[in-house]
Amino acid sequence: MDSPPVGMTISLSSDSDLSKWDVVLTGPPGSPYVGGVYNIAVTLPAEYPFKAPQVTFATRIYHPNVTNDNLGNICLGLLKPENWKPASRIRAVLDAVRQLLVEPNPEDPLEPRIADEFKNNRPEFDKNVKSYVARYAKGSK
Amino acid sequence: MDSDEDFVSNVSSDEDMMQDDTDNDLSAAEEDFDVFDDEPDDDPNVIPYKSDKKKGVAFDVSYKVFNSDDIRHQQDEMIDEVNMILEMSKEDAAIMLRYFRWNKERLIDDYMDTPSKVLEAAGLGPSAPELPKLEPIPGFMCDICCEDDDGLLSFAMKCGHRYCVDCYRQYLAQKIREEGEAARIQCPSDGCHRIIDSRSLDLLVASDLRDRYRELLNRTFVEDKDTLKWCPAPDCPNAVECAIKKKDLDKVVPTVACNCGHRFCFGCILSDHQPAPCELVKRWLKKCADDSETANWISANTKECPKCNSTIEKNGGCNHMTCRKCKHEFCWMCMGLWSEHGTSWYNCNRFEEKSGTDARDAQAKSRVSLERYLHYYNRYANHEQSARLDKDIYQKTEKKMVQLQTASGMSWIEVQYLNTASQALQTCRQTLKWTYAFAFYLARNNLTEIFEDNQKDLELAVEALSEMFEKPIAELADAKLKVDIMDKTAYCNKRRVILLEDTADNLANGG
Repeated sequence: MDSPPVGMTISLSSDSDLSKWDVVLTGPPGSPYVGGVYNIAVTLPAEYPFKAPQVTFATRIYHPNVTNDNLGNICLGLLKPENWKPASRIRAVLDAVRQLLVEPNPEDPLEPRIADEFKNNRPEFDKNVKSYVARYAKGSK
Repeated sequence: MDSDEDFVSNVSSDEDMMQDDTDNDLSAAEEDFDVFDDEPDDDPNVIPYKSDKKKGVAFDVSYKVFNSDDIRHQQDEMIDEVNMILEMSKEDAAIMLRYFRWNKERLIDDYMDTPSKVLEAAGLGPSAPELPKLEPIPGFMCDICCEDDDGLLSFAMKCGHRYCVDCYRQYLAQKIREEGEAARIQCPSDGCHRIIDSRSLDLLVASDLRDRYRELLNRTFVEDKDTLKWCPAPDCPNAVECAIKKKDLDKVVPTVACNCGHRFCFGCILSDHQPAPCELVKRWLKKCADDSETANWISANTKECPKCNSTIEKNGGCNHMTCRKCKHEFCWMCMGLWSEHGTSWYNCNRFEEKSGTDARDAQAKSRVSLERYLHYYNRYANHEQSARLDKDIYQKTEKKMVQLQTASGMSWIEVQYLNTASQALQTCRQTLKWTYAFAFYLARNNLTEIFEDNQKDLELAVEALSEMFEKPIAELADAKLKVDIMDKTAYCNKRRVILLEDTADNLANGG
């Protein structure tokens, strides 16, 4: 396989189970997430690749398109059943996740309040992102 | 099963039905010309709904019931037309029509303007000329499963994205069976929007999936067309066509009767709710869901503070009440000021005092609106309850009819009047039920009195018929009672029609 996408390392959660991947993503430079280390859980359903993988943030993150809770659900168009194709690549999904940190999509938010802040009060948003990075995303691993 | 249309038309609209038929014939005859006609807007498949302009029954709308064959046939007809006019394959024509939500005229217009753009948007982008087939390609590797065995069968639609047959099949099964998708299944390639056509699908999947695919396509056809709706009765495969416009729903209650016997409102899919318009029904149901039980309980168990009107439940203790909210002190028994009770604490014997009377009056007033609602609700619920009990009425009636045959020596045909009567009872009860919801929202004026008179007449007639209907078999065998029941049945139906006509007229006139 090709090398993993920029700024990521990928490993299996357990050697015997190919369906659970641990991805570690470092906050992209130039974004307020820089300096953060994020664990992302990728689960391949039994029907994969005919059904989309499930991708969630295992590390808390302050972001308009990620639920602000322990679940870390991500709103990603690529993963919706009507958009997912068996020929789609996980690589593309991970790139999209990383891109979401560079460029949040406040028009289609999971956390409307954070989206609102992102649009109307960027300094406050950046501040909150950084405090979340300091609190949750300092890379315990 | 005899449907209730029979007797509705008996009393109301024989000519009306005939009128409908001629209308349809005319429009069917026009259809042939319409193909070459430039005028896009009249769709011959749509039946115009009849408003109160025509003489006939004001509360009736025209509609047509289709079974699944009819629905398939309708689609095939439109596909054939597009296939002929635009000279594209039937599979492509079907995809185009689905993309345009079966608006044939718009499809043709748009296609004439910018064919390539329209094709692309519909998922029929640039394509290779030869027909797709299952074939082994030397040196091919499937991009999904990475198989590259020699002789591996593969398939590509006209977009050229080629995958092995197993992956293609798996993909289609996932879409059709798991996701219930049919009209918008795209090529498995990332970013390719080409829609799979039915010919390709037939090449790839087995007959059970094919059937499911067709069924889903039928479903989207009905769902895409505003003039078509599925009959909501359980397991009923029929769809009903009615051209009622959404903006007219405040004036017309478009009740339609499916061939399965279920009568429902085309506007909101709920069971027939004439004479009350959809919007009002929605409000009423919401209110009932929120209020009725709570209101009953409040009425039975609480009183309001005479000063601040907070609702108070007394859950024990003495009659000396101190309102939590405004600290007003009063007696729970007479609602009068506690301070006037002097030393006779805990034993109210002051019912005649003025402060108590005033407080009770005020209390009564605040209860009026609640009582008013409960008045209408209880009557509504009563009819609903009766209707629920009547659910297996057909079996009961049938049994009764058999018993009556043996008791009286009448033939099966001769005892049919009982069935007619029971159907009339059900329909009238349904109408009555909704008159109460309707009345709750009526502003009081002369028209309300007429409405209430109509309501009372119908109610009396229904109760009388109901009583006759419930008589023991021995009495039913009496020939005179049979005549009475038949008369009363006709009378009930007539009263129902009068009530609905009056109400529909007033609604149409903005009353």
